[in-house]
Amino acid sequence: MPIERVNDFVIRFANVNGSGSASANQLFARSILRMGVPVAPRNVFPSNIQGLPTWYEVRVCEAGHLGARGGVDMMVAMNPQTWDEDVGSIEPDGYLFYDSSRPVPASKLRDDIEVIGMPLTEICNRQYSDPRQRQLFKNIVYVGALSALLDIDAAELERLIAEQFKGKDKLIAPNRQALHIGRDYALANCRCPLRMRIKRSDRIGERIFIEGNAAAALGAVYGGATVCAWYPITPSTSLAEAFERYCNRYRVDQNTGKRRFAIVQAEDELASIGMVIGASWNGARAFTATSGPGISLMQEFLGLAYFAEIPAVIFDVQRGGPSTGMPTRTQQSDILACAYASHGDTKHVLLFPEDPYEAFEFGAVAFDLADRLQTPIFVMLDLDVGMNQHLCKPFAWDDARRFDRGKVMTAEELEAGKDFGRYLDVDGDGITYRTYPGTHPTRGSFFTRGTSRDRYAHYTEKGRPYADNMQRLLRKFETAKSHVPGPLLEAGARPTRLGAIHFGSTAAAMREAAALLAEEGVYLDLLRVRAFPFSGEVATFLDAHEQVFVVEQNRDAQLRTLLLAECGADPAQLVPILHYDGTPVTARFIRSAIAEQLQLVKAAPHRRKVVL
Amino acid sequence: MTYLPKPKFHHPAIETNELGYTHRDYEGAISTLCAGCGHDSISAAIMHACFELNLPPHRIAKLSGIGCSSKTPTYFLGQSHGFNSVHGRMPSVLTGANLANRDLIYLGVSGDGDSASIGLGQFAHAIRRGVNMVYIVENNGVYGLTKGQFSATSDKGSKSKRGAVNSDLPIDLVGMALQLGATFVARSFSGDKTQLGPLIKAGIQHRGSAFIDCISPCVAFNNHEGSTKSFDYVRAHNAALNRLDFMTGRSPILLDHPPGSLQEVTLHDGSTLRLRKLAEDYDVRDRAAAMAHLYEGQAAGEIVTGLIYLEEDAGDLHEHLATEERPLNGLGEADLCPGSAALERLNQALR
Repeated sequence: MPIERVNDFVIRFANVNGSGSASANQLFARSILRMGVPVAPRNVFPSNIQGLPTWYEVRVCEAGHLGARGGVDMMVAMNPQTWDEDVGSIEPDGYLFYDSSRPVPASKLRDDIEVIGMPLTEICNRQYSDPRQRQLFKNIVYVGALSALLDIDAAELERLIAEQFKGKDKLIAPNRQALHIGRDYALANCRCPLRMRIKRSDRIGERIFIEGNAAAALGAVYGGATVCAWYPITPSTSLAEAFERYCNRYRVDQNTGKRRFAIVQAEDELASIGMVIGASWNGARAFTATSGPGISLMQEFLGLAYFAEIPAVIFDVQRGGPSTGMPTRTQQSDILACAYASHGDTKHVLLFPEDPYEAFEFGAVAFDLADRLQTPIFVMLDLDVGMNQHLCKPFAWDDARRFDRGKVMTAEELEAGKDFGRYLDVDGDGITYRTYPGTHPTRGSFFTRGTSRDRYAHYTEKGRPYADNMQRLLRKFETAKSHVPGPLLEAGARPTRLGAIHFGSTAAAMREAAALLAEEGVYLDLLRVRAFPFSGEVATFLDAHEQVFVVEQNRDAQLRTLLLAECGADPAQLVPILHYDGTPVTARFIRSAIAEQLQLVKAAPHRRKVVL
Repeated sequence: MTYLPKPKFHHPAIETNELGYTHRDYEGAISTLCAGCGHDSISAAIMHACFELNLPPHRIAKLSGIGCSSKTPTYFLGQSHGFNSVHGRMPSVLTGANLANRDLIYLGVSGDGDSASIGLGQFAHAIRRGVNMVYIVENNGVYGLTKGQFSATSDKGSKSKRGAVNSDLPIDLVGMALQLGATFVARSFSGDKTQLGPLIKAGIQHRGSAFIDCISPCVAFNNHEGSTKSFDYVRAHNAALNRLDFMTGRSPILLDHPPGSLQEVTLHDGSTLRLRKLAEDYDVRDRAAAMAHLYEGQAAGEIVTGLIYLEEDAGDLHEHLATEERPLNGLGEADLCPGSAALERLNQALR
């Protein structure tokens, strides 16, 4: 008997890259949102423009779990290249929807699933003469068929089509027609709706649906960034492009056409970060967007910015590494490369947004932090957050909010005779005053350099002033702890000695995993770390728990390494839970990995021995 | 180098410019370069040019990379902000700085290792973007700070101090700058301040990428017999195209040159360049001819110097990007932040 599920299933579309499926699939996902039911769509795409397999997965979840779940309840198999793999991945009693224009031998099908064939190619060939139309409308036709099978309100789809093609109105009617061709065929030839279907609900509320990269770019606009220097690299490219789009909307003078921003597509990542540093040195708010390989290239400049204390904002949209790695897959594997970027003793501030809402928030606050702390700030997104649309809280902005430009000495202060030492710690917080170039005719100029210098920015190779400066930089990093977003605690339903630390895009799967474990009687306190350096609350959390799982999406337990190094934690206490195959971590994975660890712990008398 | 600080007092009748500054106000820290280093002559020419142009020192930003040449910004314009960045990356830092504040004057100081080797890419891209700057390469054909290795501008066949012969072909930065679209291209010689000074002045007044390749012999490692970047060699092979007089709008035009060989060029700010041609039929406004002349000179073993190419009404990066007149670093919340109402409209569109 096929599974019966209302508002709780995973449907996966197997397509060919470049076939125009993306917008049709998105239309499908949004129509479910409009029915008031939460969805979490994810693109699984190749490093390719046309021809290779690509998948789009939509998790429908009335309960609101937005992490990847794992498993597929319904496969829309539109790609013969991946047929076997796709059909094989369907959960028992699941559904297969496929193009039956060409007969598929029974051996290629399964008898433990419900198979729904529809002659999509045949229908489209009959309907359209233009080859490109045949291909594009095929996607809309299957969305129409699915709307009937899954009981999605056609009116919602029609409204979405009208919104999408607003301004290109002549496209509305043919798209609507294609939709109904598919819908009518399904209604006439299939048993509609299936036992697995959508039922109108009201679980969306005020929430919005947007990609993390776009949200981060919008944050940069609100945070006052005026200079963006970048080099194209997946999965960060759409961040720079979104910044340009929003700037064109919000920052162009209506009368003169003049722009209140400058975007340069640099020749490489070295130049990108160089421009950011030059602009920030000169008092503008500047950022770059990149991914792991770019971070590697920027290392020397990042050390300069750390040591010469120049603000910079770097959006690192992480992908699978090392090297070119898996450029279109997700990971959280640049943590250490960013935290300790560059040669010599360095430490950098990292922010870990969990979703587009925080990508916007942190995208804006990063510029305040960079100016306040006069150092690079890394906003650590990943492909999952950055390139997928997520349902999240609506963006909010307080119009009374002012940019925090940090400690900048003005011409008036210099004129009044205030002592200016570029690296002179007058407030004891490790943060010193700077001046923008060109401030005062005779006071406040200084030479910025990556070489050692004294408190008044004079070159020196003497040990004492060098060490004095390095100690002050540590003091400044200590100050950073009280400025960065603090960790968030979600206590388990019952008091527990077990904890889990997680960050970034792992959050949704982690919460769901904790709920699954709670059903099995295992309670976890969760701490979501939102920034590095870690504030005191992280150490308190470690002290309060006997065993803490550190859940992250990389092979080497990078956040755990940071916790060990920076909080002096006991290695035996911190159990790594690691997911790093390039797919987003799932609740199922976390649940079983933690359960497995707990079994091991029960079986072994000494905790230390069983930990990796 | 000397380690004795220069006393601050000066002759009571010392010359002042229109701003009331003396040339001492354009000085920096004491140079730590070798005695007789060509780079110090270039620093002197920069200070003199800024003094004569009546530029407030604090409105100049001086940026450099790494190497002997890149140390020099410490030794001039002490009231200017300076930035000694990383090796070969001055052009990107300068580009960013320029984007942030279009109102300052940007002086990029680099060397042949910094610009022709590690920084060749950044040199090329800053030039092709038309960043408004004066980009000076203090070109000595050798790595000085690391004691005498050949650089990428070292001529094939040139001999090192230890007697090794360079077998690689040189990179000609002037040829590259021309090809990349620089709108002001010059070559000069640190031993010829009458040629260099006016070129720096004209480069500063020029809007767009002004590139000056200044051959500056290294007295410690590349001033010997057999080197093609020694004082003697450069003097013997210098083929100057023109002599340059630079006049601001207010200066009287002196007519002490034979009229037939004069070319006058008005810069975008109204100041005038007067070229006294040494090579007949050479037109500084013809890029293709400039390139041809350069290669012909090279083939003949000449070092072509002077103002090689000029496009007077060139635009710059800000013009290409259509950025607004006010410097970006001066814009505040009202200019930059779209506010809560716009955000609410956006939220609405994302549902």
